[in-house]
Amino acid sequence: MSKGILVDISLCIGCESCMEACRQKNHLKDTGEHKLSPNNYVVIENLNDEVFYRHACMHCEEPTCASVCPVAAFEKTKLGPVIWHEEKCIGCRYCLQACPFQIPTYEWHSPNPRVHKCNMCYDRLVEGKQPACTEACPTGAIKFGDRDALIAEARDRIRKEPNKYVHHIYGLKEVGGTSVLYISPVSFEQIPFLAPNLNRDEPLPELTWRVLSQLPNVVSFAGVALFGVYWIINRRIQLQKLAEEQEEHVPPEEDFVEEIPVEEEEGAKTTEP
Amino acid sequence: MSPKIRIKLPKLTFWRAVLLVLWVLAAYVAVIRFTKGLGAVTNLRDDFPWGLWIGFDVLCGVALAAGGFTIAALVYIFDIGKKYHSITRPTVLTAFLGYLLVIAALMFDLGRPWNIWHPLVMWNHHSVMFEVAWCVMLYTTVLALEFSPVVFEKFGWHLPLKLVRSFMLVFVVAGVLLSTLHQSSLGSLYLILPEKMHPLWYSPLLPVLFFISAVGVGLAMTIFESFLSHRAFRKELELDVLVGLARGVILVEVIYLTVRFLDMINRHVLGYAFQFTREAALFWLEILLMAVIPIVIFSIPKLVVKRNWLFYGAVANVLGLVMNRLNVSITSLERWAGPYFPKWQEIVVTAALVATGFAVFGWVAKNFPIFESPVPEEPEPEAAGSEAPTYA
Repeated sequence: MSKGILVDISLCIGCESCMEACRQKNHLKDTGEHKLSPNNYVVIENLNDEVFYRHACMHCEEPTCASVCPVAAFEKTKLGPVIWHEEKCIGCRYCLQACPFQIPTYEWHSPNPRVHKCNMCYDRLVEGKQPACTEACPTGAIKFGDRDALIAEARDRIRKEPNKYVHHIYGLKEVGGTSVLYISPVSFEQIPFLAPNLNRDEPLPELTWRVLSQLPNVVSFAGVALFGVYWIINRRIQLQKLAEEQEEHVPPEEDFVEEIPVEEEEGAKTTEP
Repeated sequence: MSPKIRIKLPKLTFWRAVLLVLWVLAAYVAVIRFTKGLGAVTNLRDDFPWGLWIGFDVLCGVALAAGGFTIAALVYIFDIGKKYHSITRPTVLTAFLGYLLVIAALMFDLGRPWNIWHPLVMWNHHSVMFEVAWCVMLYTTVLALEFSPVVFEKFGWHLPLKLVRSFMLVFVVAGVLLSTLHQSSLGSLYLILPEKMHPLWYSPLLPVLFFISAVGVGLAMTIFESFLSHRAFRKELELDVLVGLARGVILVEVIYLTVRFLDMINRHVLGYAFQFTREAALFWLEILLMAVIPIVIFSIPKLVVKRNWLFYGAVANVLGLVMNRLNVSITSLERWAGPYFPKWQEIVVTAALVATGFAVFGWVAKNFPIFESPVPEEPEPEAAGSEAPTYA
């Protein structure tokens, strides 16, 4: 069963217990900076004095990072978390470039740099435990569970208090669905890292797959065409030479044989011995 | 044939001094980069992970090397005429050096360059980057093979020469296919950034546009380098060859403009080009340099036969292409990610690589028979193929 996290923005009080728990679990330094970095896998952002929201990996159902990585260093696990395999990475940083939520961060000042992002405490999930952040949350603003159950609960909360929430579960369909779901009392348009892909239901990997899946066709078609063109033109030149030798004519012009009318081609084929 | 290359201490000329200074600076940057990380020598950051080294060294490097496959296709497959044979070798050399420099640039840019071989064994066929990696590896090999006859001729190695020549058509077709794939794929890399890129440059047709513009600049680069070779090596310019290439540039750029503007109209984004923004200005500059100016110059019969004007037209196209690639990879993302300008260290490494390219080209041109027409040119592939076994 695929796991997930439900973020209820209306319940977040901005205490940052999750950030602290995350740092302890992942042995990260508290550098005091308040943005995603190799030392911050989750950040609580303050939209205005009353609204706080979680900024961390969405664990997409069809992750862009996993799609773009040339060496498949990212893996969407069956449990839900998207994890990164250090030993594969070549450091091309396409994942940073492509992530629709701008989540992965890089060790820019290391000679052997690593990519960092939330992995939903994958090791704890394997042991049957919940992520450090959801365990630490005092208000239930972030809740861990089966994704399907969380979706049902999100619907329930919106149904019970329709005036409190925007009637939208972010992550249900966005970019093909995400393991982390948001419900909110403010419009998702106001939340900078979520706004750009609001209601973009198509998984981003589709955009490149549409082209990549054509490659076998392009190669076969173009390959045949190139050899075919070569054969036709070469054949014409040979026939010309043959005619010259036999009749000792003045050599005809040979330059710019760019366009070959179809009739010529047919003629070349029929005269072949 | 004397297989000897004379080695003596070269004279220190102005350009050699420049090259030396660039190499020293680049070596210094390399030391810092490999001890303190990319952040110490670049302005790259999490939301701007690809800068000058990808935008110029890789995207422009690959495109400017497109002459290799364009000319090879025209000469070997479309057989557009004997007079064009004299330009194949310099173009293949340029392409080969271009790809080697792209790989050199990647050794600076990749975070873990010692893992560069990983795509060979760790596959992800959903990744455009994976496809680009394979195509670049294979095409660099093909270019080495396409260029190898020059080396074999120089040292008088007849057997390998015969072998390579008998497979030349296969190499050329493979080269054209691989180039078509990854020239366009460099555009496909950006297809996955629909929200981040400026609408003037984001388009589902990016792979098509990258391919067409690469073919155009392949022809223009050939004119450009013929002109430089002429000045450097007193090699007589084949004017009718260059005029033929210039006509090709007109055709390609007209197609490019048509596709580009039709696409913008269909996506209803042409309006962005008429706003008073930095992006709009850069867009028009790019269009003017890459397409409009070369089309105009090459269309005027009086100008196209003048060497200087041929050169100006080609340079405009090359500059326009460089602008296009930098606009796609840098300008179009700045609206979303904030401004980026390379650190001097990034510029120095780029300059050193370009200078190295010129220097190596010069050295090879002096020491190898790249301007002479190949000895018996292509003695019918079938005939050579049937002879080869008797030598083996």
